Amino acid sequence: MGQQAVNGLFLGSIYALFALGYTLVFGVLDILNLAHAAVFMLASFVALVLVSDLHLHLLLALPCTMALAGLLGLLLERVAFRPLRSRADSNVAGLISSLAAATVLEAVALEVFGPNVARFPFGTLPAGDPAHPLHLFGAVVSRLQLTIIGVAVILFLSLTFLVKRTRLGREVRAVAESPRAARVLGVNVDRAIAASFFISSALGGAAGVLYGLAFNSISPDMGRSVELKGLSVIIVGGMGSMPGAVLAGFALGLTEVFVVAHLGGSWRDAVSFAGLFLILVLRPHGLLGAVSPREA
Amino acid sequence: MGGLLSSLYETYQSTLAYTALNSLLALSVYTSLSCGQLALGSAGFAALGAYSAALLTLQAHWPFPLALAAGLAVPALLAVPLGLPVLRLRGVFLAIATVGFGEVVRLCLVNWEYVNGAQGIVAIPQKTAVWMIYLALGVVLFLLARLRGSKWGFALEAIREDEPAARSMGIPVARYKLSMLVLGAAMAGLAGALEAHFTFMVAPNGFTFGRVVDMLVFAVVGGARLYLGPVVGAAFLTLLPELLRELAPRVGIEAGPLRLMVNGLILLAVILFLPSGLVSLPGRLRAMRAARSPP
Repeated sequence: MGQQAVNGLFLGSIYALFALGYTLVFGVLDILNLAHAAVFMLASFVALVLVSDLHLHLLLALPCTMALAGLLGLLLERVAFRPLRSRADSNVAGLISSLAAATVLEAVALEVFGPNVARFPFGTLPAGDPAHPLHLFGAVVSRLQLTIIGVAVILFLSLTFLVKRTRLGREVRAVAESPRAARVLGVNVDRAIAASFFISSALGGAAGVLYGLAFNSISPDMGRSVELKGLSVIIVGGMGSMPGAVLAGFALGLTEVFVVAHLGGSWRDAVSFAGLFLILVLRPHGLLGAVSPREA
Repeated sequence: MGGLLSSLYETYQSTLAYTALNSLLALSVYTSLSCGQLALGSAGFAALGAYSAALLTLQAHWPFPLALAAGLAVPALLAVPLGLPVLRLRGVFLAIATVGFGEVVRLCLVNWEYVNGAQGIVAIPQKTAVWMIYLALGVVLFLLARLRGSKWGFALEAIREDEPAARSMGIPVARYKLSMLVLGAAMAGLAGALEAHFTFMVAPNGFTFGRVVDMLVFAVVGGARLYLGPVVGAAFLTLLPELLRELAPRVGIEAGPLRLMVNGLILLAVILFLPSGLVSLPGRLRAMRAARSPP
């Protein structure tokens, strides 16, 4: 029981990290960025190259990867989102152009890294002493799990600080509320949107690296497995709500672990999607989402 | 000459069939798009149609036309209880709810022992001939052509352009949306049933999220404002890989990544520069030429 809770939290922290980036862009632009999963996947490969070819320490490779993923996010915004922003159907058009971008990125990964599963070299993370595993509330916690949860928590806290306490964060929130009003008040809207893409992709990249570490398997189609789960996390949490995304991410991780333990592995995704479907029908604004007055 | 034609037909039979099947599937996404709704349940509907028809053929020995009719009717009937709650959602929420529905269908099939789970049903007798798929496509296109310019067609356009305005004009918006979802479900189910009896087998992994994304891409690349658009898009993107397979060795990129890359770039170019799809290309070119040489 305790062991499953630990495993669920560990998985959930990666989902939450991935979903945070997703929901950030949705909150600001009302656009689902389907290329987020492709950034997640490419970042994992980039970290692999940094660790195994350039022999960087993982804790150094992670911020480098996040910066590169953030730059990729800026590029995506420039190519696939900015030209569409003035269009009336920009949220469906944006969905499709992000899909196109995701396809191109996946093709690049497939051509550069090949279709096979790649792995981090042995000893990327110190494995700890196998004779004396760490115990926490009666559950065995591996060094890897501890690192991943730790990194995720640090990133949650820094994002919260960035969004709540800094000028940039206030600008991003203002644009999310109403781009026009923000522009009237002197906010540089283009810069705020670009910044949210950078942050979103950096977080997606971090999630990719951690996911690659957690399962020690990196492949061009790894984004597929989290793409839909990330969607269900941000829906369940309430579109655009960051605390909601974190909460729902952990909830999904825990649900998956418990379903696998009690119903069997093949029911894992079915239960998650059925839950998503029910939430959408019964409470379309998610657990923590606010009902905007114009839609109600 | 006849020999050459028949050997060409042998080689490209499956490409020909898939051109029409993909057109039907793209049209099933288009029906909802035509009233402004992004509903992505078509992979689930196609799965329901394919499995119903295949089971009826194999287990109950129903004649083929009846099995096809059931493959069309089962998803259409299921679309009603699905659509009633789900169509209240808007924009991407509707898209995600319907994707969720499709995934639940697929994952239930994976877990259903009676239909062999993930392996699917095999050894379905091949009863679909290519002409049948084209006949089905023809009937669907005829229906959609009749819709255009009718009272019904105008109502759909009004809903697509401005839903609150349409509602205030007294158009029963919910009923039109539901009808289009049901129509799309029937088309997807028919396509699934035809496909199952063409390829000898059905398996859950033929109805993934990726498949419904393909259908959406066909519709958008061809043009989602006119019923011919999805057909043009599906035909173009189904024939393209055949071309690329010939081209791949010459550019030194493997066929798989090249196909993905070209698909992605075409989609990006269309959405950025040609928002009404490939079908609007001739009109755009004519307008450009007219602008360059004034009479």
